Amino acid sequence: MKTNTTKQSAPNKQAKQTKVRRSSFFYIGGAISAVMTLLVVISFFWTPYSPTAVDASAKMQPPSAAHLLGTDNVGRDIFSRVLQGAGTSFVIAICVVLIGCFFGVLIGALCGYYGGVADAILTRICDSITAFPAILLALVIVSIIGGGAFNIVLALGILFIPSFARIVRSEFARVRSQNYIQAARLMGAGDARIIFRHILPNTIPVLLPAVTIGFNNAILSEASMSFLGIGIMPPQASLGSMMNDAQTYLRNAPWYAISTGVTIALLILGFSLLSEGLQQSNRRA
Amino acid sequence: MKYVAKKFLALIITLFIVSLLAFLAFQIIPGDPTTKMLGTQATPEAIAALRHRLGLDQPLPLRYWNWLTAFLTGDMGTSYSYNMPVRDMLSDKLPITALLTLLSFVITVVLSLPLGVLAGSVKNPVLDKLYTALDQVVMSIPAFFIGILACFLFGLTFRLFVPGNFISYTVSWSACLGYLFFPALSIAIPRIAMTVKMLRGSILNEMGQDYVRTARSRGNTRRAALYRHVLRNALIPVITFLAVSMAEIMTGSIVIERVFSIPGIGRLLLASINNRDFPVVQAIVVILAAWIVIVNFVADVLYQLIDPRIRLR
Repeated sequence: MKTNTTKQSAPNKQAKQTKVRRSSFFYIGGAISAVMTLLVVISFFWTPYSPTAVDASAKMQPPSAAHLLGTDNVGRDIFSRVLQGAGTSFVIAICVVLIGCFFGVLIGALCGYYGGVADAILTRICDSITAFPAILLALVIVSIIGGGAFNIVLALGILFIPSFARIVRSEFARVRSQNYIQAARLMGAGDARIIFRHILPNTIPVLLPAVTIGFNNAILSEASMSFLGIGIMPPQASLGSMMNDAQTYLRNAPWYAISTGVTIALLILGFSLLSEGLQQSNRRA
Repeated sequence: MKYVAKKFLALIITLFIVSLLAFLAFQIIPGDPTTKMLGTQATPEAIAALRHRLGLDQPLPLRYWNWLTAFLTGDMGTSYSYNMPVRDMLSDKLPITALLTLLSFVITVVLSLPLGVLAGSVKNPVLDKLYTALDQVVMSIPAFFIGILACFLFGLTFRLFVPGNFISYTVSWSACLGYLFFPALSIAIPRIAMTVKMLRGSILNEMGQDYVRTARSRGNTRRAALYRHVLRNALIPVITFLAVSMAEIMTGSIVIERVFSIPGIGRLLLASINNRDFPVVQAIVVILAAWIVIVNFVADVLYQLIDPRIRLR
């Protein structure tokens, strides 16, 4: 992510000023995200305990050296489950952003570049969809096609397309008639070359914050849906459904709810600080 | 006036698209509602009779038209699970959710405006950074987690309310509002953080404008320039944002109703999704969607009302 952004600021007018000044939010956010990502990646291969191993002799234990975040109502290690749940949220959010970004960029680029009736209709539809909170529509879609990780990714992915399409479209519409594009056209560049080689790289500064915001929205949507019981199905750990369990045992095991909630908040915080830092350096540039 | 008329036309078109999508979405559901209502043992004659009674034997555009006109006159169909009019199921739940949304919105407005002005007028750079960082942290906490923390802290520890013991407004208004306060606050807190961030950015942006320098050179203090000149301009984007928040708060209440066991529309929606009671789901979705579209329309009109410059565009 870092190499990417330094690259895009290079063709700036003040290219001699080699180093881009980043806000401290960018570094703090980057550090939190990096640690969370690392933990998630490690959890794919190794967790302190099996996230699904039931231990009747160690029910609802408070945090200790043996169980960093304590155990839940059937004696499962909360730290291991939080890691697995974060992994699930992570993978779902990445898939959702990939789907949304890929189709969003495609639709936005074509609409913004060519304009016309198709653009007007698609923009209208995108506006109608973005008017709704993703969770509401995702709940409806999942109620029709059924739950499970795959369907959640599908539902949220489709719902995230318009937000990306909108941003990319407005960038393309803005840049379309600028001189360097006309110059490229005069040099005989085809539409595809202009779209992908000349305009698309210029949309990256506005696209990156959108990606991080989209990632956060996906994490939050998935957690909310699983919390409502319409999402990831047990026994697969998910931060949302763990939160739902944790609420039942709030009185006797408050650490369960707190560790799960803080994990969700940290996942979101890291990326929102990153996005804030990116936007600040965009404004400065 | 032309602006309002244009926006109104867009409102009608969007409402039409939304209703069409809501109608079509529930047509592609596999399985026939008659199986659900009559069971698998029903005779073909009974199924045909029921299909005729429900209007399922008619062509799709006609069914859409019938559904739309019935919906607009208040007939939202019949629940599969309870065999009672959807309208009656909604009538006592809708006010509770509306009350929760309204309360949460009021809290958001009352707290975010002064906090935002404060954030926008902090001059000490360290304090400013601290304030912004705190704002980002609060923004990142999901509302349902705040709700659970509130249940633990104010419900179980300080015993200010009993989680799960909701008292309807039909019994006692004060007890009902008292119970709804913490859920409303839980939805409001992240929204407040977002609004504060927005207002701060807006104030800082306006403070750099030429007219502020003019005001300052005429002897206004920074404070006077802020309150007399900057604020009314800085509030414009925030008001639109607050209007959009209204829609977000309503959906936020779906999750929060679950946390605090409030028998509102959100709980009904979830129960209906689990029972595959589609007429109820459809009705709730259309109502929420229409609400959001209308709120956005009001925001656009308000925007134009406060900022005459937009008419020129």
